[in-house]
Amino acid sequence: MTRLPVRKTYKLFVGGDFPRSESGRTYEAQGQNVARASRKDVRDAVRAARGAFGKWRGMTAYNRGQVLYRIAEMMESRKEELAEFSSGRKEIETAVDRWVWYAGWADKYAQVLGTSNPVAAPYFNFTIPEPTGVVGIVAPEEPALDGLVGRLAPVIVGGNTAVVLASESSPLAAIELAEALATSDVPGGVVNILTGFKAELAPWLAGHMDVNAIDVAGADGEIPELERLAAENVKRVVRGRADRQSPYEIAAFLELKTVWHPIGV
Amino acid sequence: MTDLERRQDRAPVPSGWDYAPAPEARDIVTLEERYGLYIGGELVEPKSGEYFPTVSPASEEVLAEVGQAGPEDVDLAVQAARDAYDNGWSAISPAERAKYLFRIARILQERSREFAVLESLNGGKPIKESRDVDLPLAAAHFFYYAGWADKLEYAFPHRRPRSVGVAGQIIPWNFPLLMLAWKIAPALAGGNTVVLKPAETTPLSALLFADVLRQAELPPGVVNIVTGDGRAGAELVKHPDVDKIAFTGSTEVGKAIQRELAGTGKRLTLELGGKAANIIFDDAALDQAVEGIVNGIYFNQGHVCCAGSRLLVQESIYEPVIEKLKRRLTTLRVGDPLDKNTDVGAINSKQQLEKIEELVRSGEEEGADIYQPPCRLPEKGWWFVPTVFTNVAQSYRIAQEEIFGPVLSVLTFRTPDEAVEKANNTPYGLSAGVWTEKGSRILSMASRLEAGVVWANTYNRFDPTSPFGGYKESGFGREGGLHGLEPYLDLEESEVRG
Repeated sequence: MTRLPVRKTYKLFVGGDFPRSESGRTYEAQGQNVARASRKDVRDAVRAARGAFGKWRGMTAYNRGQVLYRIAEMMESRKEELAEFSSGRKEIETAVDRWVWYAGWADKYAQVLGTSNPVAAPYFNFTIPEPTGVVGIVAPEEPALDGLVGRLAPVIVGGNTAVVLASESSPLAAIELAEALATSDVPGGVVNILTGFKAELAPWLAGHMDVNAIDVAGADGEIPELERLAAENVKRVVRGRADRQSPYEIAAFLELKTVWHPIGV
Repeated sequence: MTDLERRQDRAPVPSGWDYAPAPEARDIVTLEERYGLYIGGELVEPKSGEYFPTVSPASEEVLAEVGQAGPEDVDLAVQAARDAYDNGWSAISPAERAKYLFRIARILQERSREFAVLESLNGGKPIKESRDVDLPLAAAHFFYYAGWADKLEYAFPHRRPRSVGVAGQIIPWNFPLLMLAWKIAPALAGGNTVVLKPAETTPLSALLFADVLRQAELPPGVVNIVTGDGRAGAELVKHPDVDKIAFTGSTEVGKAIQRELAGTGKRLTLELGGKAANIIFDDAALDQAVEGIVNGIYFNQGHVCCAGSRLLVQESIYEPVIEKLKRRLTTLRVGDPLDKNTDVGAINSKQQLEKIEELVRSGEEEGADIYQPPCRLPEKGWWFVPTVFTNVAQSYRIAQEEIFGPVLSVLTFRTPDEAVEKANNTPYGLSAGVWTEKGSRILSMASRLEAGVVWANTYNRFDPTSPFGGYKESGFGREGGLHGLEPYLDLEESEVRG
């Protein structure tokens, strides 16, 4: 006798919780009913991300590195499920290794990207990178999981918090990832993942006055409109690509702060 | 009687002093009656046929007529820049590129007095400032970036930096030559060519700079200068053959440029407005802090995007700080920019003066208390007395909007948390000041303030090695330092996977 499997309800990931869309809507993707987020959900996610920013940026770099490494551990143990919802094992392994790679950057990028500046006067002067704040990510459609990880990891390793619009056609891997994140040590609200129609949601993210930067990697034809909306609060716009991996990807979401102090006795 | 009152009693009364005039000789500058546009290595008549007068804001005297670049002129300038880029400049060896920049730095040093006088004449800033700040820094900027031209691969690990192409650069009127240097030096060091649009009211030092380029024998078309009002800037922004736009100016115009470039893939850096908090803690060295406050807001008539225009004073020292500040204001000398004793010069334009006056009126209407020292202003020209507003609420326009004039708004706070909250309560994020003798507090404040530059126990310091630029709506990208190279380089090639 065959046993009837217990199915999962696919929901959003906001502030560390798994709410349904406040709109009550779903859409069908990969054979499942998936939450179809609304603009109110975008706003809630931005609020959650802003709320989590202070704590996340305030953690030590060593600590953030360990949290990212923990995400890799959690994903590794869910490899089978994740492989089912993506292009397969290879994609998952690439994504897991990406987390490990970026985890190691947490306490190094400031040393590579910062400077001490020999000004021509008796001042001590240094430049350090700091997170820009809340970052919106329009994740690439494909690869649905590794594309998302490739854009998310450099954002959060730098101390930013994120609101991610998952791949519209293949959203299940993103939800599965959310479950890995929820069971790792990522504080609630640092990563928020919304599923739904990107054309409906991305403009609200791009125009939101409390979002500091947006990565339009998966926005395709919407990019000009999103860039126009981003100008409303001089958002940093990053045209990310799924396959990029370097400390310059981290730098794209960092601000540079220069501090001066006189030298004297 | 407090100690402060006693000392005040014995202090000399500056208002009784009379300084003899100490004018800097103006004849070091020779002006043409009329200037064309600098395109392809020559000053040419604008195809638009339009000229406009440029004046001295201290006397309203017309100094010269300057060309208004029309669409066709901007197009010719971009073509000249493109030709120069394709036919030599981008292929020239980086070490040779460096030598041109070194030459420019040296010529600026040699002709610095001439430039300083012209800068004060056309812009209204005190000669001691153009002589001691603008000119040395402009020359130093070229000297600094000259040395980078053949060392770029050391600045960006794992990348082979390449030039971007033609850079369109739009600069403001507050530091005309210095902003030119901030823009042109890193662009040329990176192997790009340039079309520069100086501010409408201050075109003359840029046009004199064209003569420096002639002396340096820079190949024609590598730098082109198109003068005019905002229309010329707008043409440059939307020109399809410009690869990168760098803009310094108001947040409003910056947003319009960002919108205009949406979807084009052109590179953009913006250095926009500010409403910086200058925060004075009760353990600060007060006399130094008062000097820092004065330098923070009255330097260059307050025409400074990073000006410390919001003073946050810890409540327990509010009274002595305000008292010292008001006394210090009575010693500021406002007047002829070319007088070597002048501290505060002329307001750059009538339009800017009207904007300052309007905002100051709003401050009085909203209920703030105004203080202005007794001050004799020249009859002609545009002037504004150094002003302090006390009793200012955070919601007042004078605490929210960039005034870009010699007007300080004073607010108070009790705890460091409150200071941070108030300092960051603005869409801007360009700069901030912190005054305290406690090192751990400096570091904690420096990390919590949302600002691209934090001056601790100092204010308004600049250096070519030191990156400058904003958080939030103060813009993105940095000018100065190693980080100032990045906007002018393409780092996407030869990527190495980790």
